[in-house]
Amino acid sequence: MQLFFKGENMAAQFDASATAFPSRRTILKTVGVGAAGLAGIPFLAACTGGSGPSATGSDSPGLTFGSGSSDDVPKRAYQAVTDAFTAKSGKKVTTNVVPHNDFQNKINSYLQGSPDDTFTWFAGYRMQYYAGKGLLAPIDDVWESIGANYSDALKKASTGPDGKMYFVPNYNYPWGFFYRKSLWAEKGYEVPETFDALKALATKMKADGIIPIGFADKDGWPAMGTFDYINMRLNGYQFHVDLCAHKESWDQQKVSAVFDTWAELLPFQDPAALGQTWQDAAKALEAKKTGMYLLGSFVTQQFTDPAVLADIGFFAFPEIAMEGRDAVEAPIDGLLLSKKGGENKAARDFMAFLGSAEAQDAYAAVDSSNIATAKGTDTSKFTPLNKACADTIANAKYISQFFDRDALPAMANNVMIPALQSFIKDGKMDVKNLEAQAKTLYAAQ
Amino acid sequence: MSSTARELIPPESREPEGAPGRTGRAKGGRVRRLSGRDKLVLSLMVGIPTLIELTLVWLPMLMSVGLSFTRWNGLDLGDIRPAGLDNYQFISQDYPPFWPAVQHNMLWLLFLALIATPLGLLLAVLLDQNIRGSKIYQSIFFAPVMLSLALIGIIWQLFYQRDNGLLNFLLGTAGTPQAVDWFGDSSVNIWAAMIAATWRHAGYVMLLYLAGLKGVDPSLKEAAAIDGANGYQTFFRVVFPAMRPINIVIVVITIIESLRAFDVVYVINRGTNGLEMLSALVIQNLVGEGQVIGVGSALAVVLLVISLVPIVFYLSRTFGKENKA
Repeated sequence: MQLFFKGENMAAQFDASATAFPSRRTILKTVGVGAAGLAGIPFLAACTGGSGPSATGSDSPGLTFGSGSSDDVPKRAYQAVTDAFTAKSGKKVTTNVVPHNDFQNKINSYLQGSPDDTFTWFAGYRMQYYAGKGLLAPIDDVWESIGANYSDALKKASTGPDGKMYFVPNYNYPWGFFYRKSLWAEKGYEVPETFDALKALATKMKADGIIPIGFADKDGWPAMGTFDYINMRLNGYQFHVDLCAHKESWDQQKVSAVFDTWAELLPFQDPAALGQTWQDAAKALEAKKTGMYLLGSFVTQQFTDPAVLADIGFFAFPEIAMEGRDAVEAPIDGLLLSKKGGENKAARDFMAFLGSAEAQDAYAAVDSSNIATAKGTDTSKFTPLNKACADTIANAKYISQFFDRDALPAMANNVMIPALQSFIKDGKMDVKNLEAQAKTLYAAQ
Repeated sequence: MSSTARELIPPESREPEGAPGRTGRAKGGRVRRLSGRDKLVLSLMVGIPTLIELTLVWLPMLMSVGLSFTRWNGLDLGDIRPAGLDNYQFISQDYPPFWPAVQHNMLWLLFLALIATPLGLLLAVLLDQNIRGSKIYQSIFFAPVMLSLALIGIIWQLFYQRDNGLLNFLLGTAGTPQAVDWFGDSSVNIWAAMIAATWRHAGYVMLLYLAGLKGVDPSLKEAAAIDGANGYQTFFRVVFPAMRPINIVIVVITIIESLRAFDVVYVINRGTNGLEMLSALVIQNLVGEGQVIGVGSALAVVLLVISLVPIVFYLSRTFGKENKA
């Protein structure tokens, strides 16, 4: 275990140097060290295999918990959960917190080395990929006890490619349109139910001198939300999943239709999108410069003025052609059990505990910006906005995870970000090229 | 080598008795043989740096070259599969950011060579005139070279921001729809980034030329003055050619800086949307979750091959001359 973390630190240092001063040499060094590091991992694992928590199955003294939730609030929230578990079961939880970017970037070597028994991760392709590679332990037995706490959509999102359960959801947050209720009341705008109504509303806003739809894509990923919603509303949830997993080709009419439909909306989205971050766009919404803004509910973190926060409304993406509003984009965060942790009974107990309303209330007591996933959690402190968000998720038949969680990370980061940014510029998309790139990248996995 | 060896070897110390003939030969001026300890010391001194160089530079380099001909998900070594030239075909034909990145690197090179480097030279010449406060100016111009990545990002953000940035404020367009989006508009952001890069590069070049100017023999200038040369003639005909070794270093530095240009575009938008650079693409493809080892290695090899040209040129100039001397 110690050996592994030493290696982790070294790798972190090399990465840091590569980011700060990426001379040709450091780049090559990083590559080489990465490769050498990976090559070394089986040996490290072999050395340290015996030092982990005893894997006797029935009774172990405790478990290790790897957490990428390194920001102050979620870190304290997970601390509250582990404390509650220890108080309840008497089992000790050793938490290893890693800064979240590092945690995500090093997940490959982490899972192959000597990972913690349980660790924080995301639902979707990003979970299924590692389940498919046999790096995770299935937890069907845990789900037998916690299954009743979850909706079908959440259960579906926690299932691996082999039909077994792997994931315990903790919280999620929906994507949708946020707007200022006072502005809408003053101008007499109404929540659009259909895509045509949305366009009509946007036309009206434009005439009133307001940028209809706030938009920011300097960071590259926020535009994926618009793509996902139009895709799901046009082609359905299953098509979204299959397209993200590259079971469907990009080079087909259905995908072109998504971009054609989006092109109708593009003139209403903030033309300055490529130069601003989502925080900038949130400020524009607060200042009533934009009429509405499609983003995850984390946008409300930017509204520090309680009066403004109370004035924020939420509505789901309007229906277009298929499945009404059955699908909602609501990325789920939760826990996975590593292959090694699968043999530790205490780790399974901890997973089951996290799937209970009791644990999620302990979490939400510290971090109230998200919505607990288990049924029976305390909703008495919910604001009307929280409630609207929670209802949207509760009523959804399908929960998608956002493009960069549902698709291969390389496809999302290396292909979709530049492709969508160029689409925002000229409204054109070369789906043939998307398919050509997807083919190469998915084949490399 | 032979002089080093002579210093290192006290010939008598190893074999104090029974070898008078050998000592005699050593007195004759040549050391024929090294003792066992000498060999050990020498091989350690040569061997350790060589080993470090091998493991930290050559081995990773050769590994990236090797990996660029494979497909690998980075998980299990058994998953490495040969891919032939597929990765190179992919980056040249299917990967849209690749050719813009090559173009931007070329543009970067031209900009640094034609604007940033001459600017650095100009600063050096001005500061070499013994003006008052010369040291303060030097520190100011050199400061950007020492600043951290994050700080550079903040400084240029303040300058270039669309709604409340200094530049749009000076242009009188801040807060209006005509405000130029210096970072977001892909037709101007490369120029904005190159100006930020010039800000760093000029300071660097200035420092090197200042050192070079100090090294020029003052009698050359005096001789030129006596011969009736004016200031321009003295500089361009006498001083500048006399700084030839520095000039070569600067040429190589400028080329390498433009090839590895990275930090400025990375802090702006991670090298997307009009700011594609080869080095940013290498990082994008090799570090983090979006890792595609084969493609990233192929990009790194392309960058390596391009970098080798000026490096080989530089080394052959330097060592070629030494051999002649």
